Amino acid sequence: MNGRGLPYFELKHQAEEFLYEEAELLDQRRFDEWLELFTDDLVYFMPIRRNVKFGEHAAHENTREGEDISWFEEDKATLSKRVAQINTGVHWAEEPLSRVCHMVSNVQLVEIRPAVEDAREIVVRSRFLIYQNRVEYESYFFVGKRTDLLRRENGRWKNARREIILDQNVLLAKNLTVFF
Amino acid sequence: MAKLQAGKQETRKPILSASPKSYARMADTAAGVIDREIFSCGKVYADELEKLFTRAWLFIGHESQIPNPGDFFVSRMGAESVILCRDRQKKIHVLLNSCRHRGMKVCLYDTGNTVNFTCSYHAWSYATDGALVGVPMEKALYEGMDKSQWSLIEVAQMANYKGTIWATWDRDAPPFLGYLGDVREHLDLVLDCRDGREGGSELFGGVQKWIIPSNWKLSAENFCGDTYHNPSHQSVDMVGLGASAAKGVKGRHDNELADAQHLWISYPGGHGIHCAMKPADSPYIPSFGDQNIIEDYFRHCHQERLARLGEKARMRPFVGTIFPNTSFNGRIPRSFSVWHPHGPTTTEVWRFYLVDKDAPAEVKTFLRRYYMRYSGPAGMTEQDDMENWNYATNGAMGTIAKRYPFNYQQSMNKAHRGDPVPGLVSTQVTEENARGFYRGWSRYMMDRNWPQIYAAEDRA
Repeated sequence: MNGRGLPYFELKHQAEEFLYEEAELLDQRRFDEWLELFTDDLVYFMPIRRNVKFGEHAAHENTREGEDISWFEEDKATLSKRVAQINTGVHWAEEPLSRVCHMVSNVQLVEIRPAVEDAREIVVRSRFLIYQNRVEYESYFFVGKRTDLLRRENGRWKNARREIILDQNVLLAKNLTVFF
Repeated sequence: MAKLQAGKQETRKPILSASPKSYARMADTAAGVIDREIFSCGKVYADELEKLFTRAWLFIGHESQIPNPGDFFVSRMGAESVILCRDRQKKIHVLLNSCRHRGMKVCLYDTGNTVNFTCSYHAWSYATDGALVGVPMEKALYEGMDKSQWSLIEVAQMANYKGTIWATWDRDAPPFLGYLGDVREHLDLVLDCRDGREGGSELFGGVQKWIIPSNWKLSAENFCGDTYHNPSHQSVDMVGLGASAAKGVKGRHDNELADAQHLWISYPGGHGIHCAMKPADSPYIPSFGDQNIIEDYFRHCHQERLARLGEKARMRPFVGTIFPNTSFNGRIPRSFSVWHPHGPTTTEVWRFYLVDKDAPAEVKTFLRRYYMRYSGPAGMTEQDDMENWNYATNGAMGTIAKRYPFNYQQSMNKAHRGDPVPGLVSTQVTEENARGFYRGWSRYMMDRNWPQIYAAEDRA
């Protein structure tokens, strides 16, 4: 077990529960409660992926946060606007609401700060498979990886940074109205 | 004024017999009715690839994407892959991305730098100017081969206009500036610096590419100046998207055009734009809430532009389509959209975003993030457009539905030629630009020659 004791597994369990609970809120369309899972200094980032030559992936595969055009580079305020837009009931790209199912797996703790016994920040990696069924016949699959920075605030975990790696080059969906 | 034609078509020929003549009937812009078939039919789509996308000038990319010798960016013309690249002598080329031997793509990447493009199948190798430079076992297997006859296929004409690269497969096409005609002024409004200096814009890194289940013409037509579709963006107006949205300010845009006269202008060749004319000596209208750095920058640009351009500074860009499939947003967001045909009912959209090269870093960051939340598949405004184009396309598929044309009769006979600016000008919300777009479209589809394509609207 590489010296991983009960406190480590307790922490990992908390991270898993956090992500599963989040998926539940999204799939139940409880978007306002979902927003509360994020800190006020949230960064929500999803790069565009390029086809590049072998050996150039680290440098050029993904668009850069803070520099390039990406799919998302959001903060809490703009993400809140997206929720508010759906809640108007006249955001036609999500009206009627899509049926969405979030699957989360491969949860790993990448970093624990400062230590397992006194964890205030943890970096969590996971995989996602999101199924969206829209109106009658439309269906889209979004599959990829996420890296989250969970921070303990007032005794509960909150997400301060989400990086979403969607495994597509040309986006095969007409819209990105689902939350990742 | 003649009574508007009813939306009824008693008899119609099956589309499989589509002759050039039937395209005039399908796009009856004089009556303001357009057959739904042109938005869903495979035969029409195949004709578009053959008759339209092989002749018209198409947007390829921007020179800022390929600054160095050997740099390339793989783009598209119609449904085919092309390579935009800079050769060793720094000359820019647009080459069909297809080996002359068995047609494999010779470049499998989106972007990069290379000495040669070597086909992965039999390893024929091409230099960055397209010349065939390597054929394995050439002497033994291809005795007497003249490699100069087997270069990558290069476009017939290419133009670099203020950094944007355009090309056509038709050597008889008018040169790019002739192809644009008077719409050029509006392309300038997109490409020139915000303070009125000529050119000076570049692309942000990152090209958004996505597939939408709709016919390419619906998007191109929308950007010609379909102001009538504003109600579909009600939700984003309710929540607010602008610079001060976080403070509770509603609406999509800043206020710069609040005191302007909106103009919709249709041009020969099928181009159409929506712009706005500010009153003479109109003061700067603060638009960026408490974002002082951004506000100061745009106020400075406004004053500089006024001093530099005088009366001409009154004209402000909004949106437009350079026929057939390149659209622009001219302000904030500031972008080019290319509606690549991807099938009769599928479009692959490529979105390139622009900024002044020498804008301050804070301004670039602000604009980049605003562009992303306004436009594209994650754009709070544009998402609703994608939904509309999707289901308008579906509405062009039904057997019964196709017996009834779409109505394009908004503001018929209300436009004025050359008043107050060149072009066929409307001062009220109109579908004149859409009618002009489909008039241009039908002329290509009927194999008209170039003078006929550019003839006045009342001549067939």
